[in-house]
Amino acid sequence: MNTDSRSLPRWIDIGLIPVINIALALIVSGLIITVIGEDPLVAVTVMVKGALGYQEGIGYTLYYATNFIFTGLAVAVAFHAGLFNIGGEGQAYMGGLGVGLVMLGFDAALPIALLLPLGLLASAIFGAAWAAVPAYLQAYRGSHIVITTIMFNFIAAALMVYLMVNVLIQPGQMSPQSREFSMSGHLPFMHEALAWIGIPFARSPLNVSIVWALLCCLGLGAYIWRTRWGYELRAVGHNERAAVYAGVNPRRVIVVTMCISGGLAGFVGLNEVMGVHHRLLLDFTAGYGFTGIAVSLMGRNHPIGVVLASLLFGVLYQGGAELAFEVPAITREMVVTIQGLVILFSGALAYMTAPWVERVYHAVKPRRAPAASEA
Amino acid sequence: MKSVSTLLASAILLTVSTAVSAADLKPAVVFDMGGKFDKSFNQGVNDGVMKFNKETGLKYREFEITNPTQREQAIRKMAQRGSDIILGVGFAQSSAIEKVAKEFPNTKFAIIDGYVVAPNVQSLLFKEHEGSFLVGMLAAMASKSGKVGFIGGMDIPLIRRFACGYEKGAKHVSSKIGVIQNMTGTTPAAWSDPGRGAELTRGQFDQGVDVVYAAAGYTGVGVYQAAKDAGKLAIGVDSNQNYLHPGTMLTSMLKRVDVAAYTTFMEAKNGTWKAGIKVFGLKEGGIDWALDEHNQDLISGDMKAKIEAAKSAIIAGEIKVHDYMSDKSCK
Amino acid sequence: MSTGDDRLTNDRAAVPSSPPPAIELHGISKSFGPVQANQNVSMTIAAGDIHGIVGENGAGKSTLMSILYGFYEADQGEIRVAGQSVNIASPDKAIAAGIGMVHQHFMLVDTFTVLENVMMGAESGVLLSGSITAARSELKRLEAEYDLYVDPKAVIEDLPVGELQRVEILKALYRGAKVLILDEPTGVLTPQETEQLFRILKALKAQGGTVILITHKLREIMAITDTVTVMRHGKVVASKTTAETSEAELAELMVGRKIRAELQRTEVAAGAVALRVGHLTVRDAYQVPRVDDVSFEIRAHEIVGVAGVSGNGQSELLEALSGILPVDDGLFEIGGRRITPNAPCDPAQLRALHLAHVPEDRQRLGMVGEFSARESAILGYHNDPLYQAGFMFNQVAIKAKCADLMTQFDVRPPLPEALSANLSGGNQQKLILARELNRAPDVLLVGQPTRGVDIGAIEFIHRQLIELRDRGCAILLVSVELEEIMALSDRILVMFEGRIVAELPAADADERSLGLLMANAAPVETAH
Repeated sequence: MNTDSRSLPRWIDIGLIPVINIALALIVSGLIITVIGEDPLVAVTVMVKGALGYQEGIGYTLYYATNFIFTGLAVAVAFHAGLFNIGGEGQAYMGGLGVGLVMLGFDAALPIALLLPLGLLASAIFGAAWAAVPAYLQAYRGSHIVITTIMFNFIAAALMVYLMVNVLIQPGQMSPQSREFSMSGHLPFMHEALAWIGIPFARSPLNVSIVWALLCCLGLGAYIWRTRWGYELRAVGHNERAAVYAGVNPRRVIVVTMCISGGLAGFVGLNEVMGVHHRLLLDFTAGYGFTGIAVSLMGRNHPIGVVLASLLFGVLYQGGAELAFEVPAITREMVVTIQGLVILFSGALAYMTAPWVERVYHAVKPRRAPAASEA
Repeated sequence: MKSVSTLLASAILLTVSTAVSAADLKPAVVFDMGGKFDKSFNQGVNDGVMKFNKETGLKYREFEITNPTQREQAIRKMAQRGSDIILGVGFAQSSAIEKVAKEFPNTKFAIIDGYVVAPNVQSLLFKEHEGSFLVGMLAAMASKSGKVGFIGGMDIPLIRRFACGYEKGAKHVSSKIGVIQNMTGTTPAAWSDPGRGAELTRGQFDQGVDVVYAAAGYTGVGVYQAAKDAGKLAIGVDSNQNYLHPGTMLTSMLKRVDVAAYTTFMEAKNGTWKAGIKVFGLKEGGIDWALDEHNQDLISGDMKAKIEAAKSAIIAGEIKVHDYMSDKSCK
Repeated sequence: MSTGDDRLTNDRAAVPSSPPPAIELHGISKSFGPVQANQNVSMTIAAGDIHGIVGENGAGKSTLMSILYGFYEADQGEIRVAGQSVNIASPDKAIAAGIGMVHQHFMLVDTFTVLENVMMGAESGVLLSGSITAARSELKRLEAEYDLYVDPKAVIEDLPVGELQRVEILKALYRGAKVLILDEPTGVLTPQETEQLFRILKALKAQGGTVILITHKLREIMAITDTVTVMRHGKVVASKTTAETSEAELAELMVGRKIRAELQRTEVAAGAVALRVGHLTVRDAYQVPRVDDVSFEIRAHEIVGVAGVSGNGQSELLEALSGILPVDDGLFEIGGRRITPNAPCDPAQLRALHLAHVPEDRQRLGMVGEFSARESAILGYHNDPLYQAGFMFNQVAIKAKCADLMTQFDVRPPLPEALSANLSGGNQQKLILARELNRAPDVLLVGQPTRGVDIGAIEFIHRQLIELRDRGCAILLVSVELEEIMALSDRILVMFEGRIVAELPAADADERSLGLLMANAAPVETAH
């Protein structure tokens, strides 16, 4: 399958084909929108404008993208080691718990300059710890990581509900959420940060964790392709026997990689808990962990691809919300359908169009050999 | 091209029509994650606002959120679009309402099941424990085995309040009555898992329960079905669900969120809207038990008399129903 | 599928006189990205011939056959089967056109019986019973016609390699193959099994079948083929009648230059013991001993060859000595360290003791196909401080090292950025040898150093191994090529079912006697 697209130039493989896939998804979505009696062009316009057309919309788009970058990277790094981490959701949940506990414990005592690194560390450690257990079970006990990470999502949800309902709930509150952190426990919003340097920007949940997300991309890229640890990670992922031959201990690589993966997913908690809600609450992960799988797939497990796919998903999420808001006939279920189509075409069916593109490409291109004759 | 021009045209038309009716009230409602067709809580609110729309002819904006961040986003957006009154559905929207209400002091806000103190917010609260107490009494009286069951949705304080009121009501009839409780789950999926609801119900029946009360959103549908299949009795919740299985639906605990939603919009329209807490209990008619043609055969005259007496006593303050939320326990 | 078939039959009816060639290829070209695998290839294979195709690795033989069998589609060119132009877009179409293929790696379901494997994909109707009866009688017929017996009820995983190959051939014949392609069929066979295979091929020919034999063993070409085509760099360089050519001429055509026939070896006195193996036992997951109480020594300046039919414990021996498999019993000693079940040693630690390992299965063990050549060139040595710059790799140093290795061992193309999997087999092997030999190891374990490698490269690799030995390295050589074992070794061990059943100086060994020892002196099958 892969060899087919290998005979295509890289710009077609990673540039043109995804664009074709998204276009196909939009065409099918357009048909559905037409069927329910709305104008697909209007819908697309509303969606794109809502996501990219004004500052607040851009802010929301980038805020969503931040979450997707974290979970997308988490899936991608595990994938390079041949591991399928479906537990991003639970790891993100735990990461949020870690941040929340640190903030609830120290927000009165410490300044933001200390709370920021502490929160970072806590979200990474909690997320990593949540991934370490399935990793250990996979590496040393042979329990399949797909199963265990799914299980751990449920355990994380149950644990959070227990803690929020019984332990961390703000007294006198109906809603199972903690008290709000004091100001030193808030990550600066992007509109605040930009205001300091004199750039006005509309308020949105976008906060400085997007900077951290981009740094993570750079760091992860360097780790995977430019260090001996990443080298061992990829060796295990591509060819475990060769890795053993090379003196690599695959078990150790599995555990370390899953900890990195879980830590990255845990940063969703940083963005959501410390960056947006400023309190612990239920369900702040909202499926970002699962969407990370699609993001990573679409981004071909490459940090840059993940960033681009995250932006696309950010647009889909924010534009989708806008669409549901502006066009009453398009319900949120319809929006999910459109999002699903985009994921289907650019993720699951990513290589569906490749043979056709290849055929067209070779029909247009061949000038090297004379007298082309197809009998 | 044609469609773009239609868009423009309709946009202009829209502006014109809104300009014409500028004086009219512009209400908005933000549903929570369950969505407006959750056959339960959000749907109740939807019924209320639709009734308002039918009676007054006034249009309303609506939005169903899909993640927690959208709560604040949607509410703010409604305010930015010039909505006069914005209704948030569910306690989870409290903090979002609190935040946005500060930014838009001239806009009215209302929150169902949430408690927000602000000069422009109305908190619409229900005394679910009172209604649960009454149906708990009914359950105890209808039970032959002396064991009654409770199936909750997601394990959160609000649902424990239902459970606690129910237990107190049952024990009020006879201190020997056994109450078995199960929560469907710990995630929001627990609100929409009829299969698991049915399973838990059968489990309770195996333990001797013969009347079961579900406060579990759409999960309840499975509970009622299981009761019907086993020939046992079930009690509905929120809206009147007696019609679902006449003959095995003992009654329904009514939590009239539709009334609350309708009322707050109506008050805003008539200029009688006031910020502050509005409690809907038995006394206010926001909480009640359902007696209709579907279940009248199951409720004897004696039962009905006793329940009505208890209801009056609660309203008069002679019976104090313990509220789980007051001390986080059910002692 | 059926349309191709119909056209074929119609065509046969239309040409009553002299039969057309079984296969004609006209101007076949195929490129993978920038690599031109086949360039304007034309050849004619007469019906009833055994036709050999020889060429170096990467000459385009396998690509050409993959096109003929429908795995790839040619960019340009025409395929004619029995005189009729056909479009072979998939293996189904190839089978329908009467072309069958026996792959280098068998494509059989291990847990199925022979009968089930043979009929798989060719069942008809809803119920299997009808097909089974039909298949059984068809197998009987084939057996009688080609002297091709395999027990239909035997389960694949219980059968030796030689029989598996027969199952593959049966599979092709069962589907009505008139033309049979065999890709490097003798690589895994003992000399006796090879003889038997050739008898089957001759029977096929006698029944009017056509055989295409891809091999790099010129002796086999000379022994069995009627005609031969030589390929080099994706092109056909010569088509010959076998009787009118010679091994030397073919070799020259393949490589494009003269080949030195004799391996020059100087006699060097063996030095100190570099690797001592004592009562070494390695068991598999089912506790079956794969290496059973094996003891031997290798001294500096010595090459010890291990002969044996593959699957008799040689692979496990290599993997245990390189630290990949744990030692279950016994011990081995290297560089003053004693490795026992209680004192294990991982591959990285063994490398530090100056042990190098060229694994048998280069693609699955010796390199990572998805890595660039640069990355595969440091596999196992990637923690060397030489390649680090702080936390990061020193890319410049790695690239320089790779380029250096590639020049020294003439790896083509000499591009450190090339994908390892895209290098031809011989070049992969040269890169791995370069990597392992570069460290001037005290002990070298080397498995199948020239498997699937072309003549030019074989000669080069053999010279490198001899040179290394001359410089004082102790080499353990595992190979299924008896010729190679005999040419390189100072001493020969014969392994059978995990044990060493014989040890003899290379000077005393000949192919026949080694073959008998490898079969543990059992009555040889050729007898009947």
